[in-house]
Amino acid sequence: MFWQKEFETMKRDKLEKLQLKRLKETAALVYNKVPYYKKLFKAKGVTPGHIKTLEDISKLPFTTRDDLQKNYPDKLLTIHHHDTMRLHTSSGTTGKPKAVFFTRKDIDVAANNIARCLTMTGVTKADVLQNMMSYGLFTGGLMMHYGAEKVGALVIPSAIGNTERQLLLMEDFKTTSIHLTPSYALYLSDIFEKKGPAFRKKIKLKRAYMGAEPYTEETKKKIEKILKVKVYNSYGLTEMNGPGVAFECEYQNGMHLWEDSYLMEIVDPKTDRPLPDGETGELILTTLTREGMPIIRYRTRDITAIIPEKCKCGRTHRRIMRIKGRADDMFIMRGVNIYPQQIERVLMSVAHVEKNYQIYLDEGDKIKVKVEITKKLFDGNLEHLKKLQADLTEKLRTEILVRPSVELVEPGSLPISEGKAKRVFDNRKIY
Amino acid sequence: MPILKQLSVFVQNQPGKIERLTSVLAENKINILAFNIASSGEYGVIKIIVDKPELAHKKYKEAGLTAYLSEVLGIVMKDKPGGLNDVAKIIAKNRLNVENAYVYVPKSRKNAMLIIDVRDIKAVKQNLEFEKKLKKR
Repeated sequence: MFWQKEFETMKRDKLEKLQLKRLKETAALVYNKVPYYKKLFKAKGVTPGHIKTLEDISKLPFTTRDDLQKNYPDKLLTIHHHDTMRLHTSSGTTGKPKAVFFTRKDIDVAANNIARCLTMTGVTKADVLQNMMSYGLFTGGLMMHYGAEKVGALVIPSAIGNTERQLLLMEDFKTTSIHLTPSYALYLSDIFEKKGPAFRKKIKLKRAYMGAEPYTEETKKKIEKILKVKVYNSYGLTEMNGPGVAFECEYQNGMHLWEDSYLMEIVDPKTDRPLPDGETGELILTTLTREGMPIIRYRTRDITAIIPEKCKCGRTHRRIMRIKGRADDMFIMRGVNIYPQQIERVLMSVAHVEKNYQIYLDEGDKIKVKVEITKKLFDGNLEHLKKLQADLTEKLRTEILVRPSVELVEPGSLPISEGKAKRVFDNRKIY
Repeated sequence: MPILKQLSVFVQNQPGKIERLTSVLAENKINILAFNIASSGEYGVIKIIVDKPELAHKKYKEAGLTAYLSEVLGIVMKDKPGGLNDVAKIIAKNRLNVENAYVYVPKSRKNAMLIIDVRDIKAVKQNLEFEKKLKKR
């Protein structure tokens, strides 16, 4: 099923012509309206006039997470914020977030892309979609809500948590589709298992959309088996409108990325050189229709590859593979983006904690921070150590929104690596 | 009531950790007089009274251990039934805030010593000296 067949199956040459037109417009827009972008363009010695072909995008400057934070709150807008309608921020940091503004048209485009995603996986106006993502600054809740409304499905804005009520709604309103994070889906699976097959029979669930966090094929299979649903992989990020940037179709072999809305590139994250289709590298995205806050060559830091082959579904928009990892050391826990630097900042602020620390991520959304105790900190009192441990735990929880277990270790017991120390040890098997 | 030097060492709760502490002392011919472990599960603090505390402190630091040298009170008690009770009376009477305590019995076995970790050891010591003077008069 198609939401916009003429766009979704547009011939490649026509689609690329449309992309080029939109790229030129976007480049001109940011060059003329956003002083920061003009500066970035000038530093690279380019003007929008240099863009003659799609390949010319590689002449343009990148936009990084730092650029977004530097221009907080609204310095990357092309218009006054009076002319925008919605603000979303990236999840996670309690420092300066990445603020993204949307005009009415921007929201409409984002919702339209989600409508395509839902339609291609079988959702119609006869469906009931229970949106179990948090509503708020996070795009996962509201953007999906708007997309599902566009299709005309009945949307239940249940948000995350309160599982008993979720189950009640699911049963009474005959929910067919759910949108949720993989960690919540795993939790839900446990509940379903406990309730037994008689309970599942009362539930009409057909499909689950999972995104916002990486998860493995094994997790997906487990959830599919227990919930008896088809799980569709969704890729998105707040900087690029949130969910629905790329989505699995019924063939579930990679995610179609909506190329009339985004220009995608894969580059080698070390050399920044463009890589051909099929090769693995960092995904770079440029918004092609965004009015309020267009973003040029955004470094997603997500590692993937473009699938060169045509998809059996007939859509011409190319697919990306499941995200294979990160080009930086960010990790996602319970839908929250966490950078080791945030943890480091807390450790430094609390006391004379050594710069030597390690972060361990374990199955079941567990995070453990090992910290070396310093001579300055130690006064022979066990109670003081316990207090320090409790203090660190609480301060970290406020910063990263997830409660870690803090382990105090002897100085010199954590290996000091040459150059950039390896801080994060991810044992979750999510990629 | 003597004031003794106590070494506190931070250790993770792992096999071989105590041996690491004692081997440093053995190598430097330092004699252990009393030994106590307080643990919170993953880690703990080992308290040691030795005959050469400064040397032990230095050697521990050289070995990369997190050691802390502090003063503790040693209260002599008779090594006989009721001995500890007498000391407990002193502790109560002086309103000592005991953070940690353990017993040390010398070879002679005539007297034992209760080693107590108190907050503000200087004040405690002054009080005790003052009381002694009062008694003498």
